[in-house]
Amino acid sequence: MSALSLLAQVPGLNKERKSSGCVQDNGFCPGWIVENFDQYVEPFVEHVVLTVIALSIGFAIAFALALFAHRQRWLVGPIGAGTNLLYTIPSIAAFLLLLPLTGRGNLTALVVLVAYSLTFMFTNTVTGLANVPREVTDSARGQGLTENQMLWKVEVPLAVPEIFAGLRIAATTTVGLVALAFYAGAGGLGAEILTDLYFKSNVVVAGGLCVLLAAALDLVFLFSQRLLTPWARARAS
Amino acid sequence: MGEGQGVVIVPALYAQVGEAVSFIFQRQPSVSGGTEIGGLGEIGSLTANHLAISFAAVAIGAAIAMPLGLYLGHVGKGEFAAVGVSNVGRAVPVLALLAFFIAYTGIGFQTVILVLILLAIPPILTNSYVGVRQVERDAVDAARGMGLSEAQIVRQVEFPMALPIIFGALRLSTINVVATATIAPLANFRTLGTPIIEPQTYGIPGQVGAAIVIAVLALALYALLGALQTALTPKGLKLAAAQAAGARGLPSFLRRRPQAT
Repeated sequence: MSALSLLAQVPGLNKERKSSGCVQDNGFCPGWIVENFDQYVEPFVEHVVLTVIALSIGFAIAFALALFAHRQRWLVGPIGAGTNLLYTIPSIAAFLLLLPLTGRGNLTALVVLVAYSLTFMFTNTVTGLANVPREVTDSARGQGLTENQMLWKVEVPLAVPEIFAGLRIAATTTVGLVALAFYAGAGGLGAEILTDLYFKSNVVVAGGLCVLLAAALDLVFLFSQRLLTPWARARAS
Repeated sequence: MGEGQGVVIVPALYAQVGEAVSFIFQRQPSVSGGTEIGGLGEIGSLTANHLAISFAAVAIGAAIAMPLGLYLGHVGKGEFAAVGVSNVGRAVPVLALLAFFIAYTGIGFQTVILVLILLAIPPILTNSYVGVRQVERDAVDAARGMGLSEAQIVRQVEFPMALPIIFGALRLSTINVVATATIAPLANFRTLGTPIIEPQTYGIPGQVGAAIVIAVLALALYALLGALQTALTPKGLKLAAAQAAGARGLPSFLRRRPQAT
């Protein structure tokens, strides 16, 4: 069923519910949830895929822009302002405005999601690189490292905590935004929420899965950060 | 993209934008007939509704989150609540939040504003907390040594120094709330989201037209709040920020940013 036809109907009336007491009373029904859980699996997978692809592309672009701006300082202001501006355009409006250009579907959703994630990751990466202490870069240069070696062996590793902080903000934001991606004709848990908007069990399961996904991604990033910065652990112990 | 496709898309795009613009400026019959839709009158009243509920939500959210964040920051407690919870809170889909509260407070204004307030609080809470924490301890100690009470320290030292960061959060909250007020019609409160949520009445031109108005509105608010932020930042802080940024070659708006922990 396309998202447009979903929208055209009155929300909350399109699903047939079993006539058990709890469901009729619009309660939180564990029995109904267990019985109907398979209907959430596919939207959940779509949600994960959209989030991961958007974050990967967004990170690649933001990281490349940040490295470039790190060398060409004067670009930090304009690029930063540009990514902020992209974030300012409300997502639902952006989905609808892109439809004539990119059509209904995942492509439109991804363009918007990527554009939204840039600001957090660009800003944090640039700030992280700029916050590397002068003494450290001076001593690295004194030891004869080239600019490239210094970037990859000294500056980027030391900026990892800030880069990951940006990634984590981008990840949770993206998970939340994907829930509106049905306006672009893409999948995800948002359409599930809307199909039965006034049924508490449905909303709690679909919304809860979004929060779980965000929490899981957050843990993955925290764990990766620990793996990538062994010196931080050594200093702590 | 093939060449043929491009040729088809461009006129279609112009036609869509043209219809959308005419929806904004001219009253016209609705898709299903019967009523008239669009025109500056309807767009104006929808925009007024949209802005009124957004500003109310941000004002109430700030009235709750700012004192709490300042207090927690001053005593240095509750970092998990002020920063951690806010970050995971971003992932709760507003659609789910709205639907969840409809079950308790019904459809209408009260539910929409409740959701918008909840959305406005986290950035303001986080930044009030972070803003106070990053005030130099020396400045606080000096104030204490001069005999200022704890309340005076918060009001006269910590709050002014945290103001740029707090204002950044107000700006972010306003943008988020204005974006989210788009789904208010799902709880039966009319905003600029109404033409988007009801394509059976407003059609595609109504959807695109409303999207254009919302985007312009958000960008205008962003610019306005940015100008206000510059005007409200204490002169001494601007100077200090410019010096610190100059030392590292970064523009000032990148120097102070809240980060997830």
